[in-house]
Formats: sequence, structure tokens, C-alpha cells
Amino acid sequence: MTTRLRVLDDGAWISVNDSREVRVSELWRLDAPDLCECALADLAVENFQSVGVDGSTVDAKVYGQCVACGATEITAWVPIGRVHGDEFAEFDRSAVRRARRRE
Amino acid sequence: MPTDVENWKSEVYGNEVRDRLFEFAEEGYDSIPDDERDAWFERFKWWGLYHQRNGQEGYFMLRIGTPNGVLEPGQLRVVGEIADEYARGPGTNPVFGDAYADFTTRQSIQLHWIELSDVPAIFEKLEANGLSTQQACGDSWRNIVGNPVAGKDGQEVIDAWPVIRDLNERFKGNDDHANLPRKWKVSVTGSADGSGQGDINDLAFEPAYKSVDGDGDASGDAVGFNVRVGGGLARNEPRFARDIDVWVPPERVPDVAGGLSALFRDHGDREDRYNARVKFLVDEWGAEEVRETLQAEYVDFELETAGRDVREEYTYNAGEGERNDLIGVHDQKDGANFVGLNVLVGRMGAADVLDLADLAAEYGSGEVRLSQRQNVIVTDVPDDALDAFLDEPLLDDYSPYPSPFMRGSVACTGTEFCSLSIVETKNRQVRFARWLKENVDLPDGVDEFHVHLSGCTASCAQPQIADVSLRGMKTRKDGEPVEALDVGLGGGLGEDPGFARWVTQRVPVDEAPGAIANLIDSFAAERDEGESFRAFVARHDEDELDALVDPEETDYEDPMMHNTKRTWYPYAENDSMDDAPSPPADD
Repeated sequence: MTTRLRVLDDGAWISVNDSREVRVSELWRLDAPDLCECALADLAVENFQSVGVDGSTVDAKVYGQCVACGATEITAWVPIGRVHGDEFAEFDRSAVRRARRRE
Repeated sequence: MPTDVENWKSEVYGNEVRDRLFEFAEEGYDSIPDDERDAWFERFKWWGLYHQRNGQEGYFMLRIGTPNGVLEPGQLRVVGEIADEYARGPGTNPVFGDAYADFTTRQSIQLHWIELSDVPAIFEKLEANGLSTQQACGDSWRNIVGNPVAGKDGQEVIDAWPVIRDLNERFKGNDDHANLPRKWKVSVTGSADGSGQGDINDLAFEPAYKSVDGDGDASGDAVGFNVRVGGGLARNEPRFARDIDVWVPPERVPDVAGGLSALFRDHGDREDRYNARVKFLVDEWGAEEVRETLQAEYVDFELETAGRDVREEYTYNAGEGERNDLIGVHDQKDGANFVGLNVLVGRMGAADVLDLADLAAEYGSGEVRLSQRQNVIVTDVPDDALDAFLDEPLLDDYSPYPSPFMRGSVACTGTEFCSLSIVETKNRQVRFARWLKENVDLPDGVDEFHVHLSGCTASCAQPQIADVSLRGMKTRKDGEPVEALDVGLGGGLGEDPGFARWVTQRVPVDEAPGAIANLIDSFAAERDEGESFRAFVARHDEDELDALVDPEETDYEDPMMHNTKRTWYPYAENDSMDDAPSPPADD
């Protein structure tokens, strides 16, 4: 089954199968050494740049600001949730997420 | 590879969306196939309908494009009646109540909580009265802006209103220009005050004189427009429109505007929406190549080089000089007056809209115009009716002589309805303005101070051209996530426009009024005699300015510190997403 993943409305949210699932304006804890020097970035999610899938994990590139140090960047791929069949489940917003570069 | 949006647009877009929109309205919201919702909501924008944010499924923002902000006699009443009847939803705003109209920074009108099933009736009423939502959103010619008092302004160089009306008629519903890579914002200004704000538009026509073969006034100069391309504020990529060294007489404006629109259509980036606005094409090509391509491929006459502009006279949103806005009583060239009324953050309750429509008919011609500072202007008020009009009780709330902090406030839609915004905006800016009015005095001789609050980098409140620019952000306070604001200073238009410099990041929203108060105190104490705030900012570096901002808690209390985006509606008693209303039942 194909899962339809989209960034829409100027990067305001991620659509999964035509349903608005993940929105901007959250704070995410990120393990993202490329983003800033904080042990864990505390990223204010301002904008989604792109969305993809790695196995069953949905991930996204995000524009945002680390509210601990002020660094503003576009991240590598950050996991945001998982698809099982037709269903999408967003990861717990308080979870630490590890940003990854894809080969 | 083209984006999904481009694929949807290539299948169905423009005028043909209307039939399907009406079918869905007839058959009900649920008749939109589950796997086509993203596509149809994207297409509906072309007809001025924008799906409200999550938690408000099935409700739409409806934007009415009023070219140059002109509402002909009777049209404001129609807007008020539609707002009163249809712009009511499950959420009540604690400041503005139910049913209101928002006047925007692009001289349009936005209504909220619109249900799909009501759209045909709304369109019928709008169109029967000469109004339309066509192309108010979406990837095409948007509402054309300019000096709202074009044709009446005593300071006018050339009357731009016939030009704007002509462009509107040619390019609204024009299939050749209906599907552009991205929005296309056009400004046409005929006055010498810069109130069309051409610098921040994709395409700007600005008044200019040119000596051309025997076709001039007594001094030999014809009056027309210089052309600039590629301005815009969004996405942390602000640009001022670039001078492409073209002067055009009024009768040739549609040819040049259509040529540039076609150039954008053919050469804009359709594979990356973040790189699609024409400002990026101008970055890539340079102004000279834009001109050469326009000349070679899109117009069939020889372009004139730029004429003598009047930019040195620009004052609108300039941070100094007279007429930073159009509030107050001003002379029309026909001897009557136009009266600019302050509409705090651009929002007016439907009952007040109807009252104002009645007053405009009683004291003026019935015409009302909208400015790019979210205010309204009642035109054609004769001298002998002026005092009685100014005594009307409605003007206590929409004053022609407001506090500088009320007058200077501009705010976007914010998390109340918008998907992209990071923070609550309109009600917050109302609270900020009221607190500043009560607690802060500007230095002698400073009677305007612009504070623009935008919920995100889309910059719908035009934050980069204000004295104090506030932009939505998040931070932690005592370890808890709270809404915050990045603070920029010293932006403005005028002869030499400049964007605000972002000097202080992540000010918790409850400390923002204190920060502005401290900043103004420092400005008052340290300014040179007669110095404007913008000039004061210009002679300080960013570290110095950051120190002057000095965020501080005061007796200002902010009831929306939490993540308002996690609510279905920030002001609902039971505001969690679990309490979100179902899509409206079909009537």
C-alpha cells in the first residue's frame, strides 16, 4: 500500500494520506550535532522542508531554531512517526529524536 | 520533478475549480474524496478559500480581493452582512466576539469560520454586488495594491486607479495567467508618498516622469511608472524589488505587467515551492537579464529606460516624515476630505462594519477604502459634514486620532486560525497596544511608533518594515515551553528602504511589553534632538540594540503563554484537540 506523504501550506504541516498529522510550533529535543553545539538541541519547529520515509519510519527535514543557543538551521532527516498499514502514529513529542543523513 | 501542487494544478486549476467547488458545497463536505482532500484544498485557494488549521476541520477562511482596497458605495454593507450571517463558528473570540471582518496588509478582507455549504450563496451575493474572491489566494495574480486613495489624493502624481482597475479586469480569470509557479503580488502607485509599498511586491509600478517624443506636459515630461521586480518579505528571505530600468506610460502598463507575469509563468521554479517566487529568479538572473528577456520575448515595442522617480518624497511606513500612514483627515483634490480611521489589528466586528457602512453613506459617498496598514478610509466627506462625522460615537473605537501604539499596531491572523503561525497574534497585539498606551510615553515630537506582530516567517504583518518587529518563536521559561517573540528594530520603507535588524531572540511574550517600554525609555534618554527612532536604531550596532531591548516582566499578564497551537481554538473553554468540533453538518 502506498502512503501519501506531503509538506503543505508553505511548510506548515505534514500530511499523511490526506490527513494533517504533524504541525509546526512544537519544541523537539534533537540529537543533532550538525545543528548546534548543544548536547541536545531544543528545536522550535518553524517549517517543514521535505518529508520522506525510511522503512516504516516517516521523517522530515525541518527549519527551526534551537531555543537554547539560537542556532537556526535546516536539519538532517528527523524521525517524526511511523506508518502501519493505513495508520500513522506520531512519535511522542517529548522523545529525543536523532537527526540522520541519508546515503 | 514537479511538486504535488504543480501536478494538481496541471490537472484542474483556475476558473474550472469553481464547478467542483459548488458540487462539493451541494453534496456536503464529506463528499470530497478522502484521498483528494489535499488537492482540492490547494485548488480552493484560487477561489479565495483557505482551509483553517487542524482542530477546525471543515471551516474555511474566505478572502475577498478588493483591488486597491476600494469598496464602492454599498459594498462594505455587503461585507458586513455576509460576515454577520456566515462568519460564525464554534469558537468565540474574547476581544472581538462572533462574526468579524479582518482588513489585511494587502487591502483585502478575510472572514473566518466559513462553511463549504454556504459558499455558493456567499459567492452569489458578493458577485451580485461587484465583489469577488477569485484569485484572492493561490498561485496567480493576487489582489492588486496601491495608494488606497488613488484618484482622490491631493498629493497624487498620477491617478493609478484606472490602471489598477484595468489590470484587475485583464488578469483576473485570465487563463493565460491563472497558473503561475507561485503567488504574484502587484502594486501600482500614483502618489508621491510611497503608500503602495511597491518595494515589497513581486511587481511594482511607481510614479515617474519621462521625457518622451513630444508627449509630455508643459515641461516636456510625461507621467508614467518605473518598474521594479522581485520584492517580498517571506521565509527569512526578504528582498526589495529590483529596478529593471524600465519606464512605461499608463496605457502600456498591461503589456509590461502581462509580459512579466508570463516571464514568471515560463521561467519560475515549479520544482521547489520554496524557490518559486520571482524574487529568486531575479536573484539568479539579475535585473538586466529580466529586462532583456522581457524586451526580447514578451513585449512587441521598444521599452523606455527608467524615468525620474519621486522616491525622495516617500514617507509611508518610512519611520519619519509626514504621512507615515493615512490616518486622520486629509484633503482630496476635489475639495472634499478623506478620513483614515484606525482599526486596531485590522479586525472589525460585523455590527461595526455595518454601522461604518451607514456612516460612509450618510456623511460621504458611501465609498470606503482599505489601507496596507489594516485601516479603513472614509472618502468624499465634504467640509460641512466633517465635524458631525468626527463626532459619531463609532469613531471613539475607530479613531482618526488614535494613540500612537494603537495606530502603529499591525498583526497577522496567528494561531487562532493559521496553520503556519507559531504564536497567538491579533489578541496579543491588542493587549500589547493597550498596555503600552497606558504605561509608556513617547519622547516629545515622536507621534508615531509602528509595532508589527507576525506569527511566523511568512511575514503577513510585514514585520521587517516596522520600528519594532515581532516574530513568533518559542522558548522555555522556568523550564516550561512558552510562546516567545524575536525582536527586530528599525525597519521601514521610504526613499532608502531597510529591513529591521533582528537584535534580540526569544523574548517570552509576557516580557515583550516591558522590553518595548525599556527600549523607548532608552531612546528618549539617548536620542539626539529631533532624531527619529529609525535613525536612532541606524546608528547603533546590534549588540547595543540588544542591550536596549532588555526584556522584563511587568504588570502585563499574558493569558496565552502556552502552546496555543495545541488547542483547537485558543479561547475555547475546553480547548484541547480532543474537544475539537466535528466538521460542520451540511445544511
